[in-house]
Amino acid sequence: MAVVLILVLIVVGSVLFHVLSPWWWTPIASNWTYIDSTLVITFWITGIVFVAVVSFMAYCVFRFRHKPGNKAHYEPENRRLELLLGGGTALGVAAMLAPGLIVWNQFITVPADAASVEVVSQQWLWSFRLPGADGKLGRAETRDVTPENPLGLDKNDASGLDDVIIEGGELHLPIGKPVHILLRSVDVLHDFYVPEFRAKMDMIPGMITYFWFTPTRTGTFEILCAELCGVGHPQMRGTVVVDEDADYQTWLGQQQTFTQLTASSEALPPAN
Amino acid sequence: MVEIPSGSIPSGSAGAIPSAEVEDVELYHPHSWWTKYVFSQDAKIIAVQYSITAIAIGLVALVLSWLMRIQLAFPGYFAFIDADHYYQFITMHGMIMVIYLLTALFLGGFGNYLIPLMVGARDMVFPYANMLSYWIYLLAVLILAAGFFAPGGPSGAGWTLYPPQSVLSGTPGGKDWGILLMLSSLIVFIIGFTMGGLNYVVTVLQGRARGMTLMRMPLTVWGIFTATVMALLAFPALFVACVMMMFDRLLGTSFFMPAIVEMGTQLQHGGGSPILFQHLFWFFGHPEVYIVALPAFGIVSDLISTHARKNIFGYRMMVWAIVIIGALSFVVWAHHMYVSGMNPAFGFFFATTTLIIAVPTAIKVYNWVLTLWRGDIHLTLPMLFALAFIVTFVNGGLTGLFLGNVVVDVPLSDTMFVVAHFHMVMGVAPILVIFGAIYHWYPKVTGRMLNDVLGHIHFWITFLGTYAIFFPMHYLGLLGVPRRYFEMGETAFVPPSAHTLNIFITVMALIVGVGQMVFLFNLVWSLFRGRESGGNPWRATTLEWQTPQTPPAHGNWGKDLPVVYRWAYDYSVPGAAEDFIPQNVPSGGGVTREVHA
Repeated sequence: MAVVLILVLIVVGSVLFHVLSPWWWTPIASNWTYIDSTLVITFWITGIVFVAVVSFMAYCVFRFRHKPGNKAHYEPENRRLELLLGGGTALGVAAMLAPGLIVWNQFITVPADAASVEVVSQQWLWSFRLPGADGKLGRAETRDVTPENPLGLDKNDASGLDDVIIEGGELHLPIGKPVHILLRSVDVLHDFYVPEFRAKMDMIPGMITYFWFTPTRTGTFEILCAELCGVGHPQMRGTVVVDEDADYQTWLGQQQTFTQLTASSEALPPAN
Repeated sequence: MVEIPSGSIPSGSAGAIPSAEVEDVELYHPHSWWTKYVFSQDAKIIAVQYSITAIAIGLVALVLSWLMRIQLAFPGYFAFIDADHYYQFITMHGMIMVIYLLTALFLGGFGNYLIPLMVGARDMVFPYANMLSYWIYLLAVLILAAGFFAPGGPSGAGWTLYPPQSVLSGTPGGKDWGILLMLSSLIVFIIGFTMGGLNYVVTVLQGRARGMTLMRMPLTVWGIFTATVMALLAFPALFVACVMMMFDRLLGTSFFMPAIVEMGTQLQHGGGSPILFQHLFWFFGHPEVYIVALPAFGIVSDLISTHARKNIFGYRMMVWAIVIIGALSFVVWAHHMYVSGMNPAFGFFFATTTLIIAVPTAIKVYNWVLTLWRGDIHLTLPMLFALAFIVTFVNGGLTGLFLGNVVVDVPLSDTMFVVAHFHMVMGVAPILVIFGAIYHWYPKVTGRMLNDVLGHIHFWITFLGTYAIFFPMHYLGLLGVPRRYFEMGETAFVPPSAHTLNIFITVMALIVGVGQMVFLFNLVWSLFRGRESGGNPWRATTLEWQTPQTPPAHGNWGKDLPVVYRWAYDYSVPGAAEDFIPQNVPSGGGVTREVHA
C-alpha cells in the first residue's frame, strides 16, 4: 500500500510543485509570446498524460496487487484498444507539433524591414556591429582579424567603413523595431542568449547564423553564452539595453565607426 | 527483419521433439583457473567481467557528479574544484555514464549473460572474439581513466566534445593529453564493442534453440538485439569523427576547423566545418540514447510480466515498437542541433520525425501499464524498480516532447531543463531497470537472493531521491539557468530561491549517492550470506531459469539443448496447473494459446 500512496503523492506533488513553483520563465521582452503559448500547450498535454498514466498505474497496483488465490487474467492482445491508444497519442502529438511548426516558420522568416545587428563572439567577450548611414554591414572575415581590426572587417569594402563597432560594451536596441541578429564567432562555438527574448542561436566560426525578434519592452537585459566555450564560459556576459527611439539615437551618436576606430587604434588597449 | 526458419517445428505442435545432442568433448571447456575466470570465453563470465568493470568506472562518474553538485550548491567550498576541474568532471561524468557504464553494462553485461541463456544457446557463437571484446573494453576504460593522471588532466570539452573548443587551449586538455586520450579511448571502445556486437547479433540470428522463433523470443532479447544492430550502425559515425578530430589536432588537418583566431593568434586551419562534427556526433549520439533505452525497454517488459504473473500485453506490438523506434532513431539526430546554426529549414523535418517517435514509445508505456491491469502484482524488488522506471521514463519522455518540438526547444536548449530531461529519460530510467534486472537475475548468476531489506532501503532512496533531484531541476531551466556553468555568479534574472533549490538538489544527490553504497554492500554480502535461491525463484517462463544447474555451468544446458514449444509469456494460462509454463514445456502441459508470428 505504501507503493500506491507514494505513486499518488508523486502525481499530486508534481502537479502542486508545478502550480506553486516560484521558478517560472522570465517576463518576456520580445514578440515571441507564441513560443510561450506553445510551451503552455505542451505543459497541458504532457501534464494530463503524466497524471493519467501514473494514476492508472497506482490504481492497478492497488486493485491487482497479489493476494492469496489471485490469478491474473490471460489476454495476449487487444487490437482495438492498441489502435485506439496509438491513434489518440498521434492526435495529441499533432496538437503539439502543428502550432510548433507554424511558430517555427515565423521564427525563421525574417521580416524584410528588420534592421541588421551583428554580434561577434570570441573567448570570452561579446562585440557588436551596426550598419552605418548606408544601412549595410560591410564584409568581414576571420582571416582579417588583427588587434587593430578585432572584428575582421574588409578594409576594401566601402560599405563597412561607416559601420559602428562596439567592442565588449553594451548593445542598445530600439523598442518595437524588428532586428535581424547576425551571429559570427572568431574562435569557438558560442551562443547568444538573452532569456527575456526567448530566442537564441549558436555562433559558429566560419559561418554566419541568425535569428530575429522585436524588442517589446525597455530595460536592461543580461547576455549569457549558452554554448560551452571553454573555462571562461560562465563569465562571458554582456548587456543589451532596449531603449525608446530617442534614447537609442542619442546612444548611437556616441559610438565609434570603423574608420574612427582604426584611426584611434593606437590609443586603445590591445584586444585580448 | 528477416524471419529465420528455426527447425521444422510447426507452431503449437503437440508432443516432445528429440533434442539435439552434443558430445561433451566438443564444448571446449576451460582447463585452468586462468582460462576459466580470467581469460574466459564463457559469455557468463565475460558478462560478469563487463558488469564489474562498468560499475567500477561508473562509481568514478558518480563521485564526479557529487563534486559537481557540491560546486553548484556551495561554490568555492572545495578549493580544488576550479573551473578547469569542473569542466573535466562534467566531461568525464557524461562520457563514462553514457558509454562506459550504460552501453557496456546493457550490451556487454546483460547481453552476454542473457542472450545465450534466453535463446537456448550454449554460448556466444564466437567465444574468442567475445573474450577479446571484454579485454579491449577494459583497455578503453584504462585509457580513459589515464586522463586523470596525464599532464593537463582529462578533457574538459563536455561529453559532446564539440570542436573547435575541444582541441584549443581555452579548454582543459585541449592542447594537452586529455582530448587525445579521450578520442583514443573511444576508438578502442568501438573496436572492442564491434567484436562483442557482431557476436550478439549472430548469436540471436543463428544460435537459437530449436523452436525459438524470433516471435517467441523474450522482449529482453529483442531489445538487446535491436540495440546492438543500431550500435553497429551508429558507432562508426563516432569512430570516424574521433579519427578526424585526432587528425585535426595532431596532423594539422581541417576537417572541423575553419579559420580561427585563438586569443589573438591566427591558427593554421581553414575551410573546415565545426557543424560537420555535430552531425557525425549526433548521428551516433541519438541512436545511442536508444541503444541504452531499448535493452531497458526489453528487460522491463520481462520484469513486469514475470512479477505481475501476466503475459506482456500486446507482444507483437511491443516487438514492432522496438524495431520501429530503432529505425526512426536514425532520422532524428538533428533535434540535438535546432539552435546549432544548421539550416533552420531542417527543423521542420526533424521536429516531425522526433514527435512521430513518441507514438511507438507511448504504445510501449501503455502496454506496460496494461500488463499490470488484471494482473497478480507481486511487489518484489524487480517489480518496484519497474514501476519506478515507468514513472521516471514517462516523466522524462514527456519533457522530450518540449525539446523535440523545435520552437519550444529554442528557449529551453542549453538550459538545466535539458540536463533534467536527459538524466530522467536516459540516466535514471535505464539505471532503475538495471537495478531491477540485477535484483531479478542475481539469483541466477550467484544462486543466492539479494537481501530484501537492504534492497528496499536502496529502492526508496534511489527512486524518490532521483525524482527529487531531477523533477525540480526542469524549473531552473524554464527560468533560464544555463547548463554547464561552473558558477552562476550574480545574474539578475536568477532569484536567491533558485540557489536554495540548487542546495536541495545537491543534498538529494549526495543522499542518493550514499544509497548506492547500500546496494554495493548488498551485492557483496549476499554473495556469501544471501538466501539460497534455487533454480527458478521467480517461477519464470524464460529459458535461463530452466538450466540444469544454478549458476549455469559452462555450456549452459548439459548434454541436451532445450527445445522451445511456446512464447515467453505463458503466465496464468487458463486451465494450467501452475501460473506459469516454461518455454521448454511441450504443449499439452496446459492449454496454450499461441501468438502466431
